[in-house]
Amino acid sequence: MKNFGKYILFLISLFERREKLKTYFSLTINECIKIGYDSLFIVSIVSIFMGAVTTIQTAFNLVGPLIPDYVISLVVRDMTLLELSPTIIAIVFAGKVGSNIAGELGTMRITEQIDALEVMGVNSSSYLVLPKIIAALLMFPILVVISATLAIFGGYTAGVFTDVITGQEYIYGLRYEFNPFNIPFALIKSYVFAFIVASISSFQGYYTSGGALEVGKSSTNAVTNSCIAILVADYILAQILL
Amino acid sequence: MIEIKNITKSFKDKKVLHGISGKFEKGKTNLIIGASGTGKSVLLKCLVGLLSPDKGKVLFDGRNFTESDKKITTQIRREIGMLFQGSALFDSKNVEENIKFPLDILTEISEKEKIEKVNHCLNLVGLDKVNQKMPSELSGGMKKRVGIARAIVNDSKYLFCDEPNSGLDPLTAIKIDDLILELTQKLKTTTIVVTHDMNSVIEIGEYIMFLHNGKKLWEGDNKKILKTKIKELNSFIFSNKLMKKIK
Ligand SMILES: Nc1ncnc2c1ncn2[C@@H]1O[C@H](COP(=O)(O)OP(=O)(O)O)[C@@H](O)[C@H]1O
Ligand SMILES: [Mg+2]
Repeated sequence: MKNFGKYILFLISLFERREKLKTYFSLTINECIKIGYDSLFIVSIVSIFMGAVTTIQTAFNLVGPLIPDYVISLVVRDMTLLELSPTIIAIVFAGKVGSNIAGELGTMRITEQIDALEVMGVNSSSYLVLPKIIAALLMFPILVVISATLAIFGGYTAGVFTDVITGQEYIYGLRYEFNPFNIPFALIKSYVFAFIVASISSFQGYYTSGGALEVGKSSTNAVTNSCIAILVADYILAQILL
Repeated sequence: MIEIKNITKSFKDKKVLHGISGKFEKGKTNLIIGASGTGKSVLLKCLVGLLSPDKGKVLFDGRNFTESDKKITTQIRREIGMLFQGSALFDSKNVEENIKFPLDILTEISEKEKIEKVNHCLNLVGLDKVNQKMPSELSGGMKKRVGIARAIVNDSKYLFCDEPNSGLDPLTAIKIDDLILELTQKLKTTTIVVTHDMNSVIEIGEYIMFLHNGKKLWEGDNKKILKTKIKELNSFIFSNKLMKKIK
């Protein structure tokens, strides 16, 4: 509870004493590359397999003469948009980007780089953390869209390849009774998760004290705390929005 | 000149600094010495505003750093340069960007002028052809030099150094000390150096403040220090065999 209060104060401190906007612009671009572009590979791999596995498993569990094949892709579509792409990718994101953020800030803290910024009169939390949060908010929804596309594509490939569904039926299922609200829902989730991962990981890293061992601990805490917060937020959002 | 009055600082229930006062003059290398854990770094952090003292005042040429309004503290901050114990260079920036950083943040001068200043400072600290190197490619001594260059690049009036010799071999350590002394005299900075290295004390101690368990026990210069009668200071000075022999 005390930590939660500190976390809120930390978030407020991001908006005090800011630097010139121009400074943030280039920092944010750099972070976008680190946070977004560099995560593309892992997100793609995870997504393609996620879609493929969901297709095969759904097909396996839905055998029966009464159920048409297109239900498979319908299930893949809804699961991907509602849960898999935003949430699973958020967990992957926490593992990759969250640990990276906490490690970077933790190292800057223990090697006095953060103190060096403060001595120069820079609001170090705002200077270091705000670009990361903005970059995460910009890039993560894009990653989720890419992920959903690739997962559905992965499902198609796996389905057709293993003969559990024809390409035509897969596409038919994708379009069948599509609820357009699922897309904004996925995007809302992705904004919330991006903020959770970037801010919690930054918080953990920024308040590291001690040595290399503590930096490692901060990274681990960043990932575990982000994951817990993601799952809690996932539940709350489902309650509110669905 | 920097003047401190009755600086007191506690962490939770642990009192680290017990009302420290003193004067650090311009154009001189002022040393704060003492064993590890006596609060030297905490005092330095109170001086540069990284920590705020519970009680007491820090005056930069008469301007109160601890209580003044934001305009004055911002102005004082611009005049402060600090060399950190581990140099604290920004890992993600090369040498030139590191030294240029305070200018980017604090000034509005053109890019060309910035680069000129960077090269001038690199020259002052005795480095060349390292502009594009990353901190990870530099030796400990070179990192300290870059750290010093970054600390003075914005024409700092006040130079703070926390253990500038730590992690350096004796020869490099002396060179860094000499550099600090030389720059202090050349640039007329008010320089405060925290150290527990007796070599530095003898070499560059124009004013020395001795801390013991968070209290100021002695002040003077490098000529008087060897004749002191204070027990704690004596055991600090003559803790190594070489110094005993010299005595
Ligand atoms: N942020 C802090 N929180 C709590 N205690 C601290 C903090 N910083 C320093 N201390 C304590 O203050 C004392 C003096 O530390 P320091 O000034 O770093 O010593 P040194 O003279 O070696 O530089 C130490 O006992 C240290 O544990
Ligand atoms: Mg220290």
